[in-house]
Amino acid sequence: MRFTRHRGAVRADLDAVEVQVLADLAEQLLTLVEPPEVSDDPLAALVGLSGADVPPPQDPVLSRLLPDAYRDDVDAAADFRRYTDGELRARKRADAQHVLASLPEGGGRVQLDRDAVDRWLGFLNDVRLALGTVLEVTEETDPDQLAEDDPAYQALHVYAWLGWLQESLLSCVEPRHPGQGG
Amino acid sequence: MTRPAQLERPDVEEVLDRPWVAIVWNDPVNLMSYVTHVLMELFGYSRDKATQLMLAVHHEGKAAVSNGTREQMEADVARLHGKGLWATLQQD
Repeated sequence: MRFTRHRGAVRADLDAVEVQVLADLAEQLLTLVEPPEVSDDPLAALVGLSGADVPPPQDPVLSRLLPDAYRDDVDAAADFRRYTDGELRARKRADAQHVLASLPEGGGRVQLDRDAVDRWLGFLNDVRLALGTVLEVTEETDPDQLAEDDPAYQALHVYAWLGWLQESLLSCVEPRHPGQGG
Repeated sequence: MTRPAQLERPDVEEVLDRPWVAIVWNDPVNLMSYVTHVLMELFGYSRDKATQLMLAVHHEGKAAVSNGTREQMEADVARLHGKGLWATLQQD
């Protein structure tokens, strides 16, 4: 349902539906952040650089997950993207893969060490960003205002639940100091 | 870059170079508690300071969360993106 702290351990008991929802979202996210093809340059491929500039994403979800670093300088933004795109995608993939691997099939308990907490926080934030962008949520968005037959009803309730899950996880941990852990 | 020992004058470029800042932008998805958490983890800010910055982002639409050289700010923005925050860098 939600994360709690029990004798120093962070854990959550997830039912079968919750596990399925998280697994589906993880798989969708993995597909979405697939790295773009690297160039033929073997050195560039080795370090994960694409040979040409990596264009800014057209897809609004990807655009939010991989934002521009410069507002008013297209060239600087392109340079930055070229150097950071691979690693950013890789991090999101690693978070999603970790969560996917840790989900108890059919429901059950997940217990997280500190590194796993960071993975879950990253993953939950990414899927909330993805869903939130698709649903065009605003600060005023309220799932209870939608009728049950509204096409966005289910997605918005999942979005709200993910927020609650992330909030519960945050309440279980203290931030680490810079330099602590990976 | 070395300077001749006899000429202790400030580096002209450094004086003219305005510092760069990393800016976090508000978005309706990120939890306030998450933004605070990230600012504490990435920059070692106290909870009070991180909360203050988060509230500035929330109420004013954006806030500068760190400053330094361009290279330092690029690194900070990359780390902020790594945590899912919407961040850019610019000259102060």
